[in-house]
Amino acid sequence: MSTRLSTGGRLLDRSRSLRFSFDGHAAEGFAGDTLASALLASGRMLLGRSFKYHRPRGLLAAGVEEPNALVNLGEGERMEPNRRATSVPLRDGLVATSQNRWPSLETDVGAVNDALGRFLPAGFYYKTFMWPGAFWKSVYEPFIRRAAGLGRVPKGRDPDRYEHFYAHVDVLVAGGGVAGLAATLAAGRAGRRVLLMEQEGWWGGRAGVDAPEIDGMTAPAWIERTVAELRRMPNVRMRLRAQVAGIYDHGYAVAAEDLEALAPGRHEGPRQRLWRIRARRIVAATGAIERPLAFAGNDVPGVMLASAVRDYLANWAVSVGDRVVVVTNNDDAYRTALAVHRAGLVVPVIVDARPRPEGELVQRAREMGLRIEAGRGIAKVHGRKRVRGVTLCALAGEGSGLEDIACDAVAMSGGWSPAVHLWSHCGGKLLWDEAAALFRPDRDRPPRGADGEPMVLSAGSADGALRTADVLASGLLAGAEAAGSDEEPAPLAAHDAEEGPILPVWVMPQGASPELRRKMWLDFQNDVKVSDVELAAREGFIAVEHAKRYTTLGMATDQGKTSNINGLAVLSQSVQLPIPEVGTTTFRPPYTPLTLGAIAGVAKGDLFQPVRETPMHAWHAAHGAVWEPVGLWRRPWAYLREGEDRHAAALREVTAVRRQVGMLDASTLGKIVVKGPDAGRFLDMIYTGVMSTLPVGKCRYGLICSENGFLIDDGVVARLSEDAWLCHTTTGGAERIHAHMEDWLQCEWHDWRVFTANLTEQWAQIVVAGPRARAVLERLGGMDLSAAALPHMTWAEGMLAGLPVRVHRISFSGELSFEIAVPAASGLALWEAIREAGAPEGITPYGTEAMHILRAEKGYIMIGEETDGTVIPQDLNLGWAISRKKPDYIGKRAQERSHMASPLRWRLVGLETMNGSVLPEGAYILAPGQNAVGQRNTQGRVTSTYYSPTLARGIAMALLERGPERMDEVVEVARKGADPVLARVVDPVLYDKAGERLHG
Amino acid sequence: MLILFCPHCGVEADETELAPGGEAHLRREGPGSADEAFEGYLFGRVNPKGVHFERWRHAYGCGKWFLAARDTATMRVWGTYPASEAGPPDPLRDAVTADRPGWAWRDLGGAA
Ligand SMILES: [Zn+2]
Repeated sequence: MSTRLSTGGRLLDRSRSLRFSFDGHAAEGFAGDTLASALLASGRMLLGRSFKYHRPRGLLAAGVEEPNALVNLGEGERMEPNRRATSVPLRDGLVATSQNRWPSLETDVGAVNDALGRFLPAGFYYKTFMWPGAFWKSVYEPFIRRAAGLGRVPKGRDPDRYEHFYAHVDVLVAGGGVAGLAATLAAGRAGRRVLLMEQEGWWGGRAGVDAPEIDGMTAPAWIERTVAELRRMPNVRMRLRAQVAGIYDHGYAVAAEDLEALAPGRHEGPRQRLWRIRARRIVAATGAIERPLAFAGNDVPGVMLASAVRDYLANWAVSVGDRVVVVTNNDDAYRTALAVHRAGLVVPVIVDARPRPEGELVQRAREMGLRIEAGRGIAKVHGRKRVRGVTLCALAGEGSGLEDIACDAVAMSGGWSPAVHLWSHCGGKLLWDEAAALFRPDRDRPPRGADGEPMVLSAGSADGALRTADVLASGLLAGAEAAGSDEEPAPLAAHDAEEGPILPVWVMPQGASPELRRKMWLDFQNDVKVSDVELAAREGFIAVEHAKRYTTLGMATDQGKTSNINGLAVLSQSVQLPIPEVGTTTFRPPYTPLTLGAIAGVAKGDLFQPVRETPMHAWHAAHGAVWEPVGLWRRPWAYLREGEDRHAAALREVTAVRRQVGMLDASTLGKIVVKGPDAGRFLDMIYTGVMSTLPVGKCRYGLICSENGFLIDDGVVARLSEDAWLCHTTTGGAERIHAHMEDWLQCEWHDWRVFTANLTEQWAQIVVAGPRARAVLERLGGMDLSAAALPHMTWAEGMLAGLPVRVHRISFSGELSFEIAVPAASGLALWEAIREAGAPEGITPYGTEAMHILRAEKGYIMIGEETDGTVIPQDLNLGWAISRKKPDYIGKRAQERSHMASPLRWRLVGLETMNGSVLPEGAYILAPGQNAVGQRNTQGRVTSTYYSPTLARGIAMALLERGPERMDEVVEVARKGADPVLARVVDPVLYDKAGERLHG
Repeated sequence: MLILFCPHCGVEADETELAPGGEAHLRREGPGSADEAFEGYLFGRVNPKGVHFERWRHAYGCGKWFLAARDTATMRVWGTYPASEAGPPDPLRDAVTADRPGWAWRDLGGAA
């Protein structure tokens, strides 16, 4: 049983006990506990089930590298899946449940997978779920979905707040262990702006546990003194519970600060904070992670990392078991043996793989009378939900048992791996240190910044320094280097035990039988064993990145922090290549998972995306508008009256425009003023037609193409003065077309004297359309709107209803139409004045759907409906808007390419269904025969389709191969799940072909 | 996430303020150009690993286009200059050459 000792626990506040529950069982812990330490203290070792085999899982580690102890944390909307119990500070009332088990942690039905383990080897999914294809939907996918994922997605919206913080610093120090503190000291003393971040809730990292001597005092005293000195520096900022999670190009770093964990149970304000940092230099002082050893049964609850066993002892006064067997290939694990022994617990044996261990710590263990078995390994672990004992064997052998030893915990150490993640995120390379058996940063190949200088400096055990004196020296050096300081920092003396060499051991025992190898875990969360990696190698997955994906090694939520190096070492043995030639997989951010809440910050709900509103928005909302999003704009789709559905409303609005008069808020139309001595010449390049010859006071329809020849926007251009034109764009096109103009102006014709200004939001615009439009507007008074004074395709400035306006006689409905621009601040006033003036006619506000139907009845094209980025103006019979005289315009050369000039292009026609029905949107027009993959051939598609209340039938526009040459032909239009519909090819202009109505 | 210096407004602009515009120094081919030349202009891009010249717009800043000399693999930036320049200024070329002797990009290059 694991239990709480009566004394000790440097992080505990025993005066404050806290209650919590796990899987419904009540338990108690102290302030300063993590959920993991509190669970261990209450005697709980079984905390979860593994992903594939549902094997019982206990704690392996004490820090962020923990692969097993994932819990559902919290309840209801605040429930968070896959939280590591080792990173959750205990708080009063905390509720957690275990994951990946059913019906309970103790009795889990999925554990049957474990018995079938031999039949679920590496690549099982790829081998099994191949065919028949039809099985995917009904059999395979439901199976995989049930098996996939560890936690449960919380129900409801996350009620908490999250925020982003921006910081610009000279030096960012990631990691507040003694190396990070030393680096901060050096950079801080040099006067740099320094930000120091530590992922845990205390400073000094693991030095507080192992307590070496630093600068003539114990490590905890030195840490306290140093933190106090740093706090006095105004140029140094320090944050606990803040993890630098990712490093990106040019000194950009992302860090996650867990504000909730800073004040467990008493926290207010944002729950987590995402820091977005720009740092000139980054010091990665992220420590090292201990490696497990691969022996049979190394996943049984109670087998833990040696460092974790003494962390639990020293930090939280938790004994993981009464009899702790230590198994190691290095000296560091002896610290655990000594700590366990000193705590009054029993270390039955230290199993040391090395034939002749003889470091200072080994000597000390001998002096204390601890039994050391050199040249030995563990053949297997006894127990299932809890360790009951181990069988020893010769390391060099095949695993024949030499002796059974009863124990309830095993502390293992396979050596240490520097946490090189941050170094590697942005391209820093590693080298294999043969003597220390670890990958460490290669200083000659660092990640570099914009200036070509090293951007990340690595320090402490993250740099491969494992002795305290080296850790401090490398911290000071990195800090001074990051600060650009010429002065060499004053060295810090330190003392810890001399250590003997490590013996790399990747499989224990070395000649283990296949049966044993099937029980040696590498990846504890994803259930990847030594046998899986070996199988992958045999099947040809010899590249480390392939083997990773084939076996899923390192692909769980812990991203292989404890398994990657062991896995690639096993792979290296299988393929008989040295470890550095096998190499590591890519380290990608984030270091540990970020919550979606932190990533989103405040950008959710109303703040997810800005909404653009016209000056008349509130009026629309108050008058029954249902909205259509157009870009970021909201436009009324239709105005619903009592008891009316949206389609009935749109049809009513169309009829009102055709018979009487309607009004439309067109404020969202793009309005770009182009001005300057060369503006006419410039617009002749931008538009396919000629704009330079447009007389002042007149309007002309224009088309804009990309250099590829495709139609990208259209709109009416008004010439305002000798040197200024007003270009109307589509609602969605304003920013895009303005950028398009600026691109050409700045990059190609930069010596032309032209200015552009996007004035879209400066003007509100109201369309008044219908046979009674002039009569209504004349009641407002102020200017002559007669056909003689203001004919079709002209504009005039003046006053209407006492407001300054520019009135355009342009029409997108085919009716007599006035498009009235007014300064945005007066938009609502003019709208209401027109509405009042039109009351006798019952002037009808209409929305975008009515606008669409009106234009479709007239065969007017719409960008984004008739065009899709592959359509040229010629396809839309818009050749009349293309100048043949101009030597050049953007897109002209492309339109001369053979495919663009092909007679077989799909071109615009109207379609009338034989039965009057409305065609489905986007439907294909069928052609005889099938293509190479057995699909029906097509010869065109429906681009716009509506019910026309004016014609009392379905109308459609379509692109059809050689369309205009095929008038009156009857074609088949496909429908989903139904027979094709027959439709007649007609002129797309279906209403008022002579165009008389727009003259009023 | 890059930071580039905008030569127009003098700001060290974060990538979130910038819009990328692809390869720099393309020579426009208009009506009358041969099919091959036009194809090269419209579609042919060098996409190198290493020294590259590219277009950026300070879209959420001053709105101006500029050009940057950047190593696409290491993110080293040698400098930026207005988009109206026909080619990289000499000091910038020299800086690239000092760092990457023998570099070549399109018809530009430095001595080995
Ligand atoms: Zn700028």
